Amino acid sequence: MATYTPSTPIDHLGGIKPPEPPAGGGDDGRSASFPDYRARLRRARLGLICGIATVCMVFISLTSAYIFRQGLPTFDGTTNSYVHDWGSVNLPWMLLFINTALLLASSVTMELARRNAARQAALAPVESIPGVSLGSERSFPWLAITVLLGFGFLAGQWLAWIELHNRGFYVNTNPSSSFTFLLTVTHAVHLAGGLIALLWAATASLRHKTAEARQIAVDISAWYWHFMLVLWVYIFALLGIAR
Amino acid sequence: MATPVSVHAHAAPQGFIRKYIFSLDHKVIGIQYFFLALTAVFVGMFLSLLMRIHMIWPTAVLPIVGEIKPEQYLSLLTMHGTIMVFFVLTTAPQGGFGNYVLPIQIGAPDMAFPVLNMLSFWTTFVGFIVIIAAFFVTGGAPLHGWTGYPPLSAVQSAGPGEGLGADLWITSIAIFCIASLMGALNFITTTLDLRAKGMSLMRMPLTVWSWFITAILGLLAFGVLLSAGILLLLDRNMGTSFYVPLINVNGVMMGHKGGSPLLWQHLFWFFGHPEVYIAILPGMGVTSQVLSTFSRKPIFGYKAMVYAMLAIGFFGFMVWGHHMFMSGMSPYSAFAFSILTMCIGVPSAIKTFNWLGTMWKGHIRFDTPMLYAIGFVSLFVSGGLSGPFLAQPVLDIQLHDTYFVVGHFHLIMGVAAIFGIFAATYYWFPKMFGRMMNETWGRIHFFITLAGTYAIFMPMHYLGMAGQTRRYSQFTEVAYQTKLIPLQTFMTYAAIITIAAQFIFVINLFWSMFKGPKASDNPWEATTLEWTTTTPPPHDNFGGVTPVVHHGPYEYGVPGAPRDYVMQNDPATYAAH
Repeated sequence: MATYTPSTPIDHLGGIKPPEPPAGGGDDGRSASFPDYRARLRRARLGLICGIATVCMVFISLTSAYIFRQGLPTFDGTTNSYVHDWGSVNLPWMLLFINTALLLASSVTMELARRNAARQAALAPVESIPGVSLGSERSFPWLAITVLLGFGFLAGQWLAWIELHNRGFYVNTNPSSSFTFLLTVTHAVHLAGGLIALLWAATASLRHKTAEARQIAVDISAWYWHFMLVLWVYIFALLGIAR
Repeated sequence: MATPVSVHAHAAPQGFIRKYIFSLDHKVIGIQYFFLALTAVFVGMFLSLLMRIHMIWPTAVLPIVGEIKPEQYLSLLTMHGTIMVFFVLTTAPQGGFGNYVLPIQIGAPDMAFPVLNMLSFWTTFVGFIVIIAAFFVTGGAPLHGWTGYPPLSAVQSAGPGEGLGADLWITSIAIFCIASLMGALNFITTTLDLRAKGMSLMRMPLTVWSWFITAILGLLAFGVLLSAGILLLLDRNMGTSFYVPLINVNGVMMGHKGGSPLLWQHLFWFFGHPEVYIAILPGMGVTSQVLSTFSRKPIFGYKAMVYAMLAIGFFGFMVWGHHMFMSGMSPYSAFAFSILTMCIGVPSAIKTFNWLGTMWKGHIRFDTPMLYAIGFVSLFVSGGLSGPFLAQPVLDIQLHDTYFVVGHFHLIMGVAAIFGIFAATYYWFPKMFGRMMNETWGRIHFFITLAGTYAIFMPMHYLGMAGQTRRYSQFTEVAYQTKLIPLQTFMTYAAIITIAAQFIFVINLFWSMFKGPKASDNPWEATTLEWTTTTPPPHDNFGGVTPVVHHGPYEYGVPGAPRDYVMQNDPATYAAH
């Protein structure tokens, strides 16, 4: 490998003391005082914030389209006049509330899993000391429960779409039903992505990842999962209130 | 000294596939993006050549493609615009040079998420394959222009190419959006989190600032285009009516009802205007970098340059309505969009003033990168000045959808951005490939390209003022437009010469890659971190050492320094700065 040589030789300095570099740089030596995985966790969270900003932009634009279309007078060829053609979708309220409860519960279990993983990562250096044992504490499988609840939510949404079909609402029935399917399916696709991330995190220990690496995966999935809950509550409120 | 942060668990790869194909190294990925964009630009340029020939000789039978029909002309302009905007102007400056140079310039060993970076490139590649596939399906490529306005783009039976071809077009753009979002996420995280010790925000080279701001624009804009594209796909394939009103196509009533084509225009241009800055901002960064280096002077008004770029990015999100003055919008909205658009003239003028101030009384070295940077400033002014014309609704009503608009955006967004790419290529080629490009052929390429692009695009302004409409495949059938054909003929000849000159560039590029004279570590005597490492840089960029930054990026002509430039990692203090 090629070697790195500073372009400016040091010998011409003539006793000048190199100035201290100012603070403000990316790492600022923080990586020296913290274990490396802290820096990786921070970086991963920053990436997640960017990802969440993107998903927000997708849903903000869909919301603006929703509001625009709702208030748009449209030309009716049969009466030669402008009418509002936005119909009201008969939502399966009970089913959607159950789904919301499932997602809320999964967010709670996810948070417990996240804290559990953080604790294990914090204790990992201690356990690596020879002769130190913290006991074989079996942690509750919160992550697995979250995954189950997540699949439960998706199944519930599937039932809700079938119920909408039974009530006569298809994707092209009315602009309001188009948006109902569009928003819920787009959310479900994003949530399915979160489930894949959860499965990835849950199998981290099987893939011989360290406790720290596992914690990063769990932490990122957890914040994304909480975001999915907030997003769902927002969509539910939009569909329920701005009908 | 800070402990080297192991961003990437990946060591230097050994096998050919991991080293050159599915590489995690940002430098290899940057070069991959560069060659993808080079391929795309030749496809796009070939399409424009066909268009120019068709306009002058509409019945000519060309080799391979045969006689071009009017609807095929529409396919050509759609694909030319889409390929150029997405796979050249967005891909090369950001994906290519941003990827290659940004981590080295901030002193990082790689991007923050190398796997995501690789995925981002290969997703872009798939997007390119999908859009090229649109040429070869039944009906051919779509007709609706790069802006994809419904109802034409939203009804399958609206014309040849609006079937599968249009579906592939939308799919390709959706894939490209996802790839760009992954890239933007990576750029932002890398810039914020992986800077070397001492590399404060206000010590970042202006190139880094431009890629960073571009990434923020991309992060906020591409998601909107993605949503708009999903709605379009649903309208086309699921019978929804987001964009399509009650409509009769070729005597057949479509099942749609009540949608609004304006909804697409709002969503599209909310993405589309920031996209213009996504294309041009990296060119501004490179120009600043090159002007300072080759004038042997600090950049004039560094902070003003940073704030001007931030202002351009900020205003970029508030002016999308100026593309829609003809849509019947409220005069009050048009007034607001008009004023906000003209506000962009202020930071743009600050940048131009500072570029001229940078060159003022400098010891200018007219190497090829510098020529292209000066060319960028020239085109930025020529193309930019017609912006305030179009920003005024009363003038836009006359000029909308004429060649004036075509001339305007080609000069500013097309050719100026391309000049930024050329400046970057000639400037960083020694670092990327370890050899120098041929200077004489570089200059010949520059002068032909500069004269050629002005000869092509300047007359378009006159054509537009004379009322010549864009997107017409031929002018022989419209009486008042036939008088303008001689000028169009001149532009076609200029285009043929300019396109031919690009082969000088490609031959120079490939010849120099293998036969050019070996480049030293710092052939331009520049100050930023990429010139402190070896040429080409090792796998982790700095050979296991994490650089520490002690100086700003443009310290040229510092009193007391042994040379006329001070490298950013030089630990000595020379004068108050």
